[in-house]
Amino acid sequence: MELKEKLVSSFLAFENKGNIDLDSTVHAIRLKAIHNFEKEGFPTKRDEEWKYTSLNPLLKNDYSLFPNAEKSVGFKNVKDYLINEIESYTLIFIDGVFSSFLSETTHENCDVCVLSSALARPKYKMIIDNYFNTIANKNSSLAELNTAFVKEGAFINIPKNTIVPKPIQIINFSTGSEKEVLLQPRNLVVVGENSYVQIIERHQNLSKNTTLTNSVTEIFVHKRAIVDYYKIQNDTNESSLIDSTFISQKQQSVASVNTFSFGGKITRNNLEFYHEGEHITSNLNGISILNEKQHVDNHTLVDHKSPNCESHELYKGIYADKSVGVFNGKVIVRQAAQKTNAFQQNNSILIDDGATINSKPQLEIFADDVKCSHGCTIGQLDESALFYMQSRGIPVKEAKALLLYAFGNDVVEKIKIPQLKTLISKLIAKKLNVQLGFEL
Amino acid sequence: MLKINNLHANINGKEILKGINLEIKAGEVHAIMGPNGSGKSTLAAVIAGKEDFEVTEGSVELNGEDLSDFAPEVRAHKGVFLSFQYPIEIPGVTVTNFIKTAINETRKAKGIAELPAKEMLQLIREKADLLEIDRKFLSRSLNEGFSGGEKKRNEIFQMAMLEPQLAILDETDSGLDIDALKVVANGVNKLKSEKNAVLLITHYQRLLDYIIPDFVHVLHNGKIVKSGGKELAYELEEKGYDWLK
Repeated sequence: MELKEKLVSSFLAFENKGNIDLDSTVHAIRLKAIHNFEKEGFPTKRDEEWKYTSLNPLLKNDYSLFPNAEKSVGFKNVKDYLINEIESYTLIFIDGVFSSFLSETTHENCDVCVLSSALARPKYKMIIDNYFNTIANKNSSLAELNTAFVKEGAFINIPKNTIVPKPIQIINFSTGSEKEVLLQPRNLVVVGENSYVQIIERHQNLSKNTTLTNSVTEIFVHKRAIVDYYKIQNDTNESSLIDSTFISQKQQSVASVNTFSFGGKITRNNLEFYHEGEHITSNLNGISILNEKQHVDNHTLVDHKSPNCESHELYKGIYADKSVGVFNGKVIVRQAAQKTNAFQQNNSILIDDGATINSKPQLEIFADDVKCSHGCTIGQLDESALFYMQSRGIPVKEAKALLLYAFGNDVVEKIKIPQLKTLISKLIAKKLNVQLGFEL
Repeated sequence: MLKINNLHANINGKEILKGINLEIKAGEVHAIMGPNGSGKSTLAAVIAGKEDFEVTEGSVELNGEDLSDFAPEVRAHKGVFLSFQYPIEIPGVTVTNFIKTAINETRKAKGIAELPAKEMLQLIREKADLLEIDRKFLSRSLNEGFSGGEKKRNEIFQMAMLEPQLAILDETDSGLDIDALKVVANGVNKLKSEKNAVLLITHYQRLLDYIIPDFVHVLHNGKIVKSGGKELAYELEEKGYDWLK
């Protein structure tokens, strides 16, 4: 049976399996979502937005949709994937199931907990009604699929005037309890006026079995609120990720999403920003360092609807072996969005002849008083810089690594959590297979 | 220390060096002068091991060892240092981190343990003071946004840190005002000893007022056409290069 049919026919069973306590409006949303998915199906390469990324290799697998209950996973199994040097709230999911044992939640000044309880409890009904699936429902069949099977994920609700004192780490582990697993985490983040939160999200396969994750995150950023969101993508070569993140911003808010892609088989990041007010800032930063046959596709959209807003986009990529990178950055400046500043930059280095980057900036500008720019460079390592370093006694391998470090540095510099910056520096050094005697 | 025998080198099939012979002993300062396009910078790059050039004949020996099969970093480990005419900018890598890496890689190649952080810092400060380098400068990205003078001063700082046997200074005076030139020359003079040697490559006699050479060679069309003492530099300044062609 094809994956699509399997999913559609499993839907009823899923609906009847212990989800009856869900609010009826959520039921309706899910029902509509499965219909939309059934109608649209998985995207194919004929679809313009999926021209350079084929899901076909992923759809052949016979995924377990409702994996067995978690195997025994202890702190020692997961601690390497957490940032332990800082105090943080942690939300840890094992094969899609929340692990209260490994997590640290709170309801004290803000809610850092799980979506299943928010969906079930009357206390959160208003938040769910106001926000849930209100921006993820934009013609993406994969987001619809996630919505249809929505069950678990992070629920973060920050009231107004609240600085969340420590970062929140959301980590989805798969244990390989079954040969091929499909996971569909769903996160909802609501940040009230004048509030601030830092979130780190990671997906990690602990086994050699196959995992496909179809993740959806909705983030609502109210007036003058600030959100720093970090995505660490360093999964095994058996793991693929489709990550769809939708962000709605109110006036004077600042939202930054930083994506670090170093691993995984196929990774597709759909990142969409919607502006609902003036003087909004959106920052999109990413760095991909790939080798072997890894494939990362960064698809971004910034929809400027109101005047006096700005967006800054910087994606860098280093591609070795037969790896493939895709960058598709769409910026829409609608007629009302006068005085928009929108900047976009995509720089790539191809290390080997077999590596590929498809870079496509897309600007659609309907307003006349705007500053918009986009730039794209694709190059190789600078030979004269290599010689310079070698002439100082730095071996060619280390010299290359140092240059690549330097190339990615302006993205790493955007990280506001020092311990995370250290971790990313280490991951980069590991990926480049060098040991440098310092941290950036 | 350095012995160059009948050195011929090509780039993209074009012969640039056409039989260079040169011997430099420990404790000596040699200057190579010559008009544009005579092969001065090529000679510097070939000694340092730049792979764009193909050595077709002859050899470069350091302390009796033929360097021709060694990569640039290995030559550096053996004591060759090249100060660049146009130092490369490396954003994101600070001067300190760069020099730390260079020192420790060199030590690693020699089988010596890494220099402890404290000693490294002390050494960096000492050498920075020698070249009148502001401490703040050390935490800036290597050569990024540096003025011409800062770049050259930084080259000599690196030389001071690495303590090479043979320092080749390629057009170190270009782009320097007179004050910066004095600081750089003063640094080089302080680093000079009986155990090391300096090869200066320059267009002008100006630098040689501050770093006084024992020998001056004139390079023209890929060959050394005249050698002499420091007075040769003055003669060149006066007469130009035409009389030697």
